[in-house]
Amino acid sequence: MPDDPGKSKSETGKGPEIEGKGPAIEDYRGQNPAWCPGCGNLQILRVFKMAMVEMGIEPHELLLVSGIGQAGKFPHYTRCNTFNGLHGRTLPVAQAIRMANHDMRVIAVAGDGDCYGEGGNHFLAAMRRNLNVKLFVHDNQVYGLTKGQASPTTDEGMVTGTQPFGVLSAPMNPVALAVAMDCSLVVRGFSGNQEELKELMKTVLEHKGFALLDIFQNCVTYNEINTFQWYKEHCDPVGEDHDPTDREAAFRLALKAGDRIPTGVIYRHDRPLMEDLIPVIAGAEPLVRQPFSQEDVAGELARFY
Amino acid sequence: MDYTIRIGGQAGQGLQTIGAVLGKLFTRSGFQVFTHQDYMSRIRGGHNYYQVRFADHPVSSSRSQVDILVALDKVTVAEHQDEMAPGGIIIYDSETVKEKYEGEMFLDVPARKIAMDTAGNRLMENTVDVGAILGMLGLGLEQLEKLLEETFLRKGREIVDQNVAAARAGSDYARENCGQCAFTVPADASGDGPPARRMLLDGTSAVGLGALTSGCRFYSAYPMTPSTGVFTFMASQAKKHSLVVEQAEDEIAAINMALGASFAGVRAMTGTAGGGFALMVEGLSLAGMTETPVVIYVGQRPAPATGLPTRTEQGDLLYVLHAAHGEFPRVIMAPGTPEQAFYLTGKAFDLAEKYQIPAFIISDQYLADTEWSLDGLDPSRIEYHDYRLRAADLEKLDDYKRHAYTDTGVSPLAEPGASRHLVVTDSDEHDEDGHIIEDAETRTRMVEKRLLKKMPLIREEISPPLLYGDDSARTIICGWGSTYGVMKEAVDDIGGAGGIAMLHFSEVYPFPGTSKFDYLALLGRAKRTICIENNATSQFAQLMRAETGFQFSDHINKFDGRPFLLDELLAKLKALEKSHA
Repeated sequence: MPDDPGKSKSETGKGPEIEGKGPAIEDYRGQNPAWCPGCGNLQILRVFKMAMVEMGIEPHELLLVSGIGQAGKFPHYTRCNTFNGLHGRTLPVAQAIRMANHDMRVIAVAGDGDCYGEGGNHFLAAMRRNLNVKLFVHDNQVYGLTKGQASPTTDEGMVTGTQPFGVLSAPMNPVALAVAMDCSLVVRGFSGNQEELKELMKTVLEHKGFALLDIFQNCVTYNEINTFQWYKEHCDPVGEDHDPTDREAAFRLALKAGDRIPTGVIYRHDRPLMEDLIPVIAGAEPLVRQPFSQEDVAGELARFY
Repeated sequence: MDYTIRIGGQAGQGLQTIGAVLGKLFTRSGFQVFTHQDYMSRIRGGHNYYQVRFADHPVSSSRSQVDILVALDKVTVAEHQDEMAPGGIIIYDSETVKEKYEGEMFLDVPARKIAMDTAGNRLMENTVDVGAILGMLGLGLEQLEKLLEETFLRKGREIVDQNVAAARAGSDYARENCGQCAFTVPADASGDGPPARRMLLDGTSAVGLGALTSGCRFYSAYPMTPSTGVFTFMASQAKKHSLVVEQAEDEIAAINMALGASFAGVRAMTGTAGGGFALMVEGLSLAGMTETPVVIYVGQRPAPATGLPTRTEQGDLLYVLHAAHGEFPRVIMAPGTPEQAFYLTGKAFDLAEKYQIPAFIISDQYLADTEWSLDGLDPSRIEYHDYRLRAADLEKLDDYKRHAYTDTGVSPLAEPGASRHLVVTDSDEHDEDGHIIEDAETRTRMVEKRLLKKMPLIREEISPPLLYGDDSARTIICGWGSTYGVMKEAVDDIGGAGGIAMLHFSEVYPFPGTSKFDYLALLGRAKRTICIENNATSQFAQLMRAETGFQFSDHINKFDGRPFLLDELLAKLKALEKSHA
């Protein structure tokens, strides 16, 4: 990794130096995916591996945190350090890993139900904290693992097994919410636009701050409305004339719905990183490598005498 | 001698300041001190008290009788007047209380006027009261002056001098006007001379100090009484001792953060009360499956639901024991004193790391807030060993599997990112590499590894209960956690002639075996065995019966949100004795 803007001020660059020729796609080969043929996740996985290889990131330099759902299986289908935890709890784990070791690249992988439903509170708190964690949300607007119930991003009216009268709640707009929360980087991609998605992944990885990458992907089994073709027709890459640092413009873009849904970098605000605000780790060795001695703390008993 | 001073008033009136100063002062003067607090769930107002008991012999509980009552308001007089010991004195300031009480029992100390006259500062009235108490007791002011200097020097010499003057004036006033004061303290503990080298330590700080000494580097929590004290303690140490302390968005996040930090390679802890623990249960199970070390502090308070937020109960033992889906090992420490809280927090960290399991410290509001005087603590008695594989260890390995099968069931715990080896874990059942599996054979081997192989080894680490008193006692009182002090004093009070002893459990799970100390034989020889618990359903007795088959002959339970006081427990024990006579 030469000049690496994805690293915070805190990062010492003194991580263990391990010789290598640079990673190959083969290095990222994990278990065989159990996703349905034609699932958007397969494209995301493919693009992810390419992005990692192009960025020269070795598997051991990366820690993927996931929860439950089809997206939650993602880390097993690639190769890197992995904490595959609980439904909706991806972000608390990912953020704490980053606090304990700010030399580690941490990517949280979640689904739309996982992150925006069960994990909604954690999503809000993570955007506020602004740790250098990257959040990839595989957003297929439906629950896949539990067989097709509505997710927070499912359109109103869609009939499912548990919503026989159609979805009665208004869908959540994660991108608009993220802009409203002043999330440091807000990006939307589509699994079918692979070249664009790869570049967006790289942009996200290089960003210094908490980044949301909401990735539209088709569910071939349970979402007959938002199909691959539907996304292909509706996704509309943001033009070069969009200034992502203009929050009002970003908000207008984020609110676009209907026929044209923008993809690309919607919003960017280079906010102070939490790693740089926590005194014991700012500009210091990661917590995990800081020495400990009982003698150093023994003096704390004194004030109780 | 054995005196109790109770300071009562509204939250915000400074009763904590007076209580804390007295506790420290008496400890330094060589007395044995025990303090406890009783407060309502509100920021200002209400009725609260701080009780300081000090004696020339060991004390470890509160009595209901009061020798000196400091009434900062009228409610305090009304609430506690009937609890005065013979010869007891109530001090109050008729100007601030706006009432003049007649009778030998009352001493009107014009604290506000004295504070204004001597220091020109109303805020010094608490110091006047402290001085007055020392005057009533016939104690010198030397220790107090030193303490005032330590406390206020950072605010300037003038403030120190004003406080000293206020204390002197208070003391002089009491000496001149308390004709009825007949308190006697031993000459060797007169408050003059060099301070005694002794500690005054509360349960909350003890847990915090234990965690710090155990190398805890990460603490995440959501504030909830009575666990917030440990959270605040850890935050206060963060900068000096390289801790990251994070206020999570909820308890679910708090435990998941602790697990994340622990997975990344640092010792991590979280803390809460029963209601918050209810939210953590999902994460507890995750710790069990991923074999991620974590220490969980549970400060009990009366429940269900929000219960009595600032009061005490031992109502969550079986909950903490059984919480979480699935089967996995855990350790539960239930300290009975601040000293035990310090060492057992250390043991909880050590066992959590050694066996890669969740370890609990369960306390309660009572133990959290009580202060005890003790001779000292020895940090080197807390075992510290880094059980994790770091970069240098990993370099030597050709192969690494996070969940490798081993004879002990304990797999190598590596720091992710420290080498080319990948560290993988999963909440799904997984193979040795940490990847998802569904086959029956791997599942069986993993359960054997995680649970069946580790459990006997963990059980071996658990210390037997503590026996206090004669091992041939006819009556054995038994308890766990914060009832330690009051049970011990009950044994002291009834004495050897009464044939009573105490059995106290502070390491409650895995339930201690009998190979190191056959406490079951001891109980079997006793005529009467009484289990004393601060809950309604005798949870510990249930656990004891489930684990050993032993059934107590009697139970004493209290579940009004208040701790057992010494005279109350003695009365209950006597009543029980009578009923069987």
